[in-house]
Amino acid sequence: MAKEVAQSKSLKHNLFILRTLVSKDFKLKYRRSVLGVLWSVLNPLLMMIVLTAVFSYMFKFDIENFPLYLILGNILFTMMANSTTSAMMSIIEAAPLIKKVRVEKIIFPLEKVLFELVNFAISLIAVVCVLVYFQILPSPLLLFMPLLLVYVVIFCLGLGLILSSIAVFFRDTVYLWGVVITAWTYATPLFYPVSMLADWMKVAMEFNPMYHYVTYFRDIAMWNIMPSLNENLICLGMALITLLVGIFVFRKLERKFILYV
Amino acid sequence: MADSPSIEQKELEDAILAATGHVDGVIEGGTIARGEPVITVDHVGMVFNIANEQLTNLKEYFIKILRRELFFREFTALQDINITINKGDQYGIVGTNGSGKSTLLKIIAGVLEPSRGTCTVRGTIAPLIELGAGFDAELTARENIYLNGSLLGYSREFIDEMFDDIVAFAEIGDFIDMPLKNYSSGMVARIAFSIATATTPDILIVDEALSVGDFLFQKKCEDRINAMVNDAGTTLLFVSHSIDQVETLCNKALWIEKGEQRMAGDVADVCEAYRALGSE
Repeated sequence: MAKEVAQSKSLKHNLFILRTLVSKDFKLKYRRSVLGVLWSVLNPLLMMIVLTAVFSYMFKFDIENFPLYLILGNILFTMMANSTTSAMMSIIEAAPLIKKVRVEKIIFPLEKVLFELVNFAISLIAVVCVLVYFQILPSPLLLFMPLLLVYVVIFCLGLGLILSSIAVFFRDTVYLWGVVITAWTYATPLFYPVSMLADWMKVAMEFNPMYHYVTYFRDIAMWNIMPSLNENLICLGMALITLLVGIFVFRKLERKFILYV
Repeated sequence: MADSPSIEQKELEDAILAATGHVDGVIEGGTIARGEPVITVDHVGMVFNIANEQLTNLKEYFIKILRRELFFREFTALQDINITINKGDQYGIVGTNGSGKSTLLKIIAGVLEPSRGTCTVRGTIAPLIELGAGFDAELTARENIYLNGSLLGYSREFIDEMFDDIVAFAEIGDFIDMPLKNYSSGMVARIAFSIATATTPDILIVDEALSVGDFLFQKKCEDRINAMVNDAGTTLLFVSHSIDQVETLCNKALWIEKGEQRMAGDVADVCEAYRALGSE
């Protein structure tokens, strides 16, 4: 009984630490910038304009509402890239803290992922702008978005946990991950249609979780396709497996962090 | 986003629950009678692998494996330490530089995990060893108080409640909304001390290196520590290599030398033995 109380107390307390850290990151991110948080909206919009200009000129993809196609893929992929990258650094950066106070270490990668989730939420305003500009009616299927975000957050947290614990022991991970992200960007249909891929590539694509998440996002946000139960299970399954591996690796290694950071 | 928190919150809680399930060694305080053990250090040993500490990239790692140089250098920081600290004790730890005092403190504070043996702590600890954990120079003093407070284990309500006291004790007054980078180091240390001692802990760990601010403020710190120890029955764990300080402040002491426990017990006996080291 007493133990339960203690546990719920520490749970509540860890949530408080999480919230404080997220708000700290948020304050620090836009401190001293004139437009501040507006950048979370502007950035994906500007990126979309650049990519649209480049790709409608260079390649003639037959995609309806190409800017919308781009921005949806882009913001979701950016969330994955940013959250895994910053989660990877989170333990190393929290070194002074880890050495000083007793704190639940899983908080640090988790906090980074949640922070990127907040950024993602803000960048959705950019999507709304695009919808309004092209006069596209939002589909009621958008109600599936929270579900998609749960999948993506679990997936990113899992990856972040693996990366953050390995990065403590081998800093090479940090450099390598940048390359992996770039490769992954091209390996995911963010600015090209899947239909242009060769058959074997389409098969390989099935093993790319980001392909599933991006497609899910476009299905509900622009194509009005109800994601099947099967698709939901694939998305959830990939996320859960990643998280389980992540927790396992992290738990296995976290006791040694303090000796290496 | 707006309609998602229930699901996400659940995930998050699960993740944290999985995380918090692991906390071992700390038993919630409750009421502990004077004289009952609050800290039990049982056959604690700490071994650092020096070779490991220098390897942070794969190339080095493989080269070392090929040269068979890996895992050969071990450093024993602590060896078979056994002490019991009772509630209300003022316990001093003495030893020369590099004898493992800080390592032992970190183990008791729960930051380090011992390689051997166990360390059980009952009640809340306020470690005044490393003040200002998580302070961010870009944030204001107000924001830092919440950040640091949360990391020290305070709840939001508690900080809200104590906020004015913390600011008053640190004497920072009007500068409360200024970024910390504009503060002098003495001012930062004042805030850090003020937050760390906002609560009355069951166990207080004080490092002699703790010299905060000017002499007036130091006096204030000492008074506050004394008040806790004398009035609230807080157990004091005091670390120093100055024998005189330990003798005046403590009733029991431990002497460790090069990681080995030389002597533990009554402060007078231990200090006498430790003094003899100088005349050897």
